[in-house]
Amino acid sequence: MAAAKETAPRMTGADIVLRALVDQGVDVIFGYPGGAVLPIYDALFKQNSIRHILVRQEGGAVHAAEGYARSTGKVGVVLVTSGPGATNSVTGLADALMDSVPIVCLTGQVPTHLIGNDAFQECDTTGITRSCTKHNYLVKDVNKLARVLHEAFAVARSGRPGPVVVDIPKDLQFATGDYTLREDVTLKNYRPQLKGDPERIKAAVAMLAAAKRPLFYIGGGAVNSGVDACKLVTKLVRTTGYPATMTLMGLGAFPASDKQSLGMVGMHGTYESNLAMHGCDLMVAVGARFDDRVTGRLDAFSPGSKKIHIDIDPSSINKSVRVDLPIIGDVGSVIGDIRKEWARIKVKPDAKALAAWWQQIEGWRAVDCLRFKNTPDVIKPQFALQRLYEAIRGRDVYITTEVGQHQMWAAQFLRFEEPMRWLTSGGLGTMGYGLPAAVGVQIAHPKSLVIDVAGEASILMNIQEMGTAAQYRLPVKIFILNNEYMGMVRQWQELLHGSRYSESYSAALPDFVKLAEAFGAVGMRADKPSDLDGLIKDMIACPKAVIADIRVAKDENCYPMIPGGKAHNEILLGPPQKQEQKVSEEGMVLV
Amino acid sequence: MSRAPEAIERHTMAVIVDNEPGVLARVIGLFSGRGYNIESLTVSSVTEDGSQSRINVVTSGTPMVIEQIKAQLQRLVPIHSVHDLTAEGAHIERELALVKVVGKGAKRVEALRIADIFGAKVSDTTVESFVFSLTGSPEKLDSFVELMRTLGQVELARSGVVAIARGAKAI
Repeated sequence: MAAAKETAPRMTGADIVLRALVDQGVDVIFGYPGGAVLPIYDALFKQNSIRHILVRQEGGAVHAAEGYARSTGKVGVVLVTSGPGATNSVTGLADALMDSVPIVCLTGQVPTHLIGNDAFQECDTTGITRSCTKHNYLVKDVNKLARVLHEAFAVARSGRPGPVVVDIPKDLQFATGDYTLREDVTLKNYRPQLKGDPERIKAAVAMLAAAKRPLFYIGGGAVNSGVDACKLVTKLVRTTGYPATMTLMGLGAFPASDKQSLGMVGMHGTYESNLAMHGCDLMVAVGARFDDRVTGRLDAFSPGSKKIHIDIDPSSINKSVRVDLPIIGDVGSVIGDIRKEWARIKVKPDAKALAAWWQQIEGWRAVDCLRFKNTPDVIKPQFALQRLYEAIRGRDVYITTEVGQHQMWAAQFLRFEEPMRWLTSGGLGTMGYGLPAAVGVQIAHPKSLVIDVAGEASILMNIQEMGTAAQYRLPVKIFILNNEYMGMVRQWQELLHGSRYSESYSAALPDFVKLAEAFGAVGMRADKPSDLDGLIKDMIACPKAVIADIRVAKDENCYPMIPGGKAHNEILLGPPQKQEQKVSEEGMVLV
Repeated sequence: MSRAPEAIERHTMAVIVDNEPGVLARVIGLFSGRGYNIESLTVSSVTEDGSQSRINVVTSGTPMVIEQIKAQLQRLVPIHSVHDLTAEGAHIERELALVKVVGKGAKRVEALRIADIFGAKVSDTTVESFVFSLTGSPEKLDSFVELMRTLGQVELARSGVVAIARGAKAI
């Protein structure tokens, strides 16, 4: 047959949506039907290539799509109705924007002639979502629908990924129009720079070679750049022999078990990471954005260092911290080029300086900042996570979290050897993220172990998604560190507000075991440390969804901690280390 | 190592955008959402086919903020290019003012005389009022308006700044 170019087929707007999704390689979407998307749901009913996961609230749909996207590297797709469907998805969109997750969210809209009329279930979706999406579209011509959809996917996944909303009025879904092929759509203006400037790569290698107290600072951008990019980063760090620290979003980009890993940096990062950041003379930020939770007090942030910043997003450069050498480009490409240049000029790092630097770091490491005082009768949350980690290490496991103390402890005590295994709401800090995200991960990885490390307050924010887990028989495990407090709020109130625990006690909590049973899942409870290992074993072995209610110490605080507005060398240690702090204070003065 | 607080600079930018619904809202939303200043903003279609518009925006901030504004603008999908005319070299800024002055007698004569000095045109007149139209740099307009204020100015409309680089090179 002649290879004649396929002419644009004509079909209804609803069919255009489905066809565009298939052409974009979408096999699963998360959504909730409603009046303004009924034609699309009707088209969905008549086909077999796309699986629809019915969530219980639209906010859950976006988080589930985030979980799907971040554990696969693909674009997560959401389909919701107009008005409340769109407004409920706003939190998820803002979350995806902050954490750079590629999402395409299709929202129904009232028919074109009713727009602006305060129609039933109408809202100004593009207006409301403008500042919480990477881009959004209101489609007003069915012949442009396919083009917009292809563009939306391209925008969502390219450059620094993010959420894109496509608002589709109901009359367009019924109308017949021309389909535009995916390959016929290119982005006119939006062309992110992927390759780093060669001169800057050379300069970066020269700075790396001359460094005496270097530090790699690896962020979520490395994870977004992909598994291969993280491998290149790992290789570069190992070739140099320099220490590396990761942000909350970057965990897993470099193996936690590697001796060169200093663990997490930032407000609840390790002592060694934060003091290394404060004392280094060269910082190499790799896909990290100098978030305020990382930098602490800006005018005291890493005062003696030169800074190299590798980022695909030019607006991340010099936003809060002025850097000496920005390199705009994709982490994988730039790090690949740095490795080549490093090999080409045969860099020999200053071994003597490096040895002294490592010696200093080992001194900080010896403080053993995550050590906690265990108790025989009350479960310490850290201990629960230590036991959980012992049971899951080496397994095919994905961890999601909610937001708060449990999230920080999970970041500290669960160690990640590879990227895309750790899913947490970092930028927006969305309580209620973890369960729907776990649903999305389990859909993408049906055979893997998916655990949502949760708090008893956060889990209730999207507990309705247990219904989704039940409907699709998703064996997600919810590991609740139940201290009956909004723990992080309680901690700040204790440390900064004179122990006035204003509204942070979770009164009238449900019986989580019965709650699990009500959703057709399995409920478990641990009250004593000795219950933990058995519970964790049963939980992992259980073929159904599990809610494990781990009753932990109520007043445990998460340390180390850099209080807001303080510098890295003002880091607070936990009670066990504080007693021994005299020794380390010398180290703090040094940096 | 502490840095001296950086001085606030005034920058005039030309932003070429796709002429599509919502693009101005995006630009304005970016400025308000991130707390940047807008001293003046104008927009109009500038291509033959009407597909692109030019936004001229005057903003102020520290050099770090100005750099951020450019990077943030550049990141918006419908934006083609961002030109910092202040940083890129010599440029011309022009603004139009329509000034309504009401008065009689000596003040009215004086208003007309000053308008003449400034090269303002009388665009409308009644026995007791003038509408002057004046084109020029924002500073020139400022001083004209200041004088008119004492001479019976009752209403003022200003267009905002449009700007273009000097020389043969186009953006």
